[in-house]
Amino acid sequence: MHELAVCQALMDQVVLVAQREQARRVTGVTLQIGPLAGVEPQLLLDAWPIASAGGVAQGAELLIESMPLRVRCLECGCDTDAAPNRLLCGECGSFRTRPISGEELLLKSLELERDGKVA
Amino acid sequence: MCDTCGCNVTEGNRHLIEPGGRHARTESGREAVSVLQDLLSANDHEAAHNREHFDRHGVLAINLMSSPGSGKTALLEATIERLGKEFRIGVVEGDLETENDAARVRKKGVPAVQITTGTACHLDAHMVHKALHELDLGELDILFIENVGNLVCPASFDLGQHRNVTLLSVTEGDDKPAKYPVMFRASDLMLVTKSDLLAVLDDFVPAQAEHHLRHLASEAPVVTLSAKTGDNLESWFDWLRDEAIAQEERIAQGRTVRPRVQPEGALLHAHSGA
Repeated sequence: MHELAVCQALMDQVVLVAQREQARRVTGVTLQIGPLAGVEPQLLLDAWPIASAGGVAQGAELLIESMPLRVRCLECGCDTDAAPNRLLCGECGSFRTRPISGEELLLKSLELERDGKVA
Repeated sequence: MCDTCGCNVTEGNRHLIEPGGRHARTESGREAVSVLQDLLSANDHEAAHNREHFDRHGVLAINLMSSPGSGKTALLEATIERLGKEFRIGVVEGDLETENDAARVRKKGVPAVQITTGTACHLDAHMVHKALHELDLGELDILFIENVGNLVCPASFDLGQHRNVTLLSVTEGDDKPAKYPVMFRASDLMLVTKSDLLAVLDDFVPAQAEHHLRHLASEAPVVTLSAKTGDNLESWFDWLRDEAIAQEERIAQGRTVRPRVQPEGALLHAHSGA
């Protein structure tokens, strides 16, 4: 259950970006999370109202884009789908692979309303 | 990670920051601002800071992770007994409550700082940084960070260590790497502990544990040992000696190293093949 800690780190970043962009309010937050990030999206969604309460992003919608898990094989060069506990090459079966997608734990974008301007 | 130098930009997300992307209007008329920053970037920044501290003082930092009760502290005690004259060892202990583990390690004659996390299920870079203020890094060669016993959360937080070592005791089941892939794929070394109990267990096969680890695309070495009987501890000590030498060489060359899984490194090539 480290999702609340992750959510608080997210909130810190949201506040910084909102200040930089001179936003009056943040209305939407979009994340990208892969299966290898070690973070459970549903738990983040549950923690979000608590982490965002009383701040610039209160009431903002949290959207989570689940990223596909893909690996690239260092032996045969193929890119294939994988599962968190089976990261073998889907083509030749080698374990010498590297994830090319699926490790994301990213704040992708914010939707916001600016100070004194009609956005 | 930062959002000024462009190091987050990949083939997969470049379109977001090109004209029309970054400040694209949404249907509601509000403004969408692209950020593309790792959620744990504040932690990672602090971790990099810790790593600089370690490197400046020539310290090798090892993060020990496992489920509770797999024998992390017993391994440390045996390690200090055997290598305490060869290396100046220090320990940071992480637990939810009590000073017990730090007290055990101090009895072996090395400095130990206990972090009690309260309810937090993992150590983070800030907690470790605070603990470092209580240690004289100039007096250490190897710092062990014994993470909170937990096979899930510690894997997500870089502490500034150079290497991750994950313990799997033979009473736990040899399929643990398949059940907790995020943790085990972050290992630079997997130790199968309490091997003295293998004789009375018929359901743990070390080769099977290694098989599951390989399925995580891990090339990390696997050492089966017992801190209680001393069985095969020399292999673990040899690994430590090799790592200590490698750390000296890196420092001489002005380089550093991060554990096997580097979230930022992964982000640099995220989606490049999608």
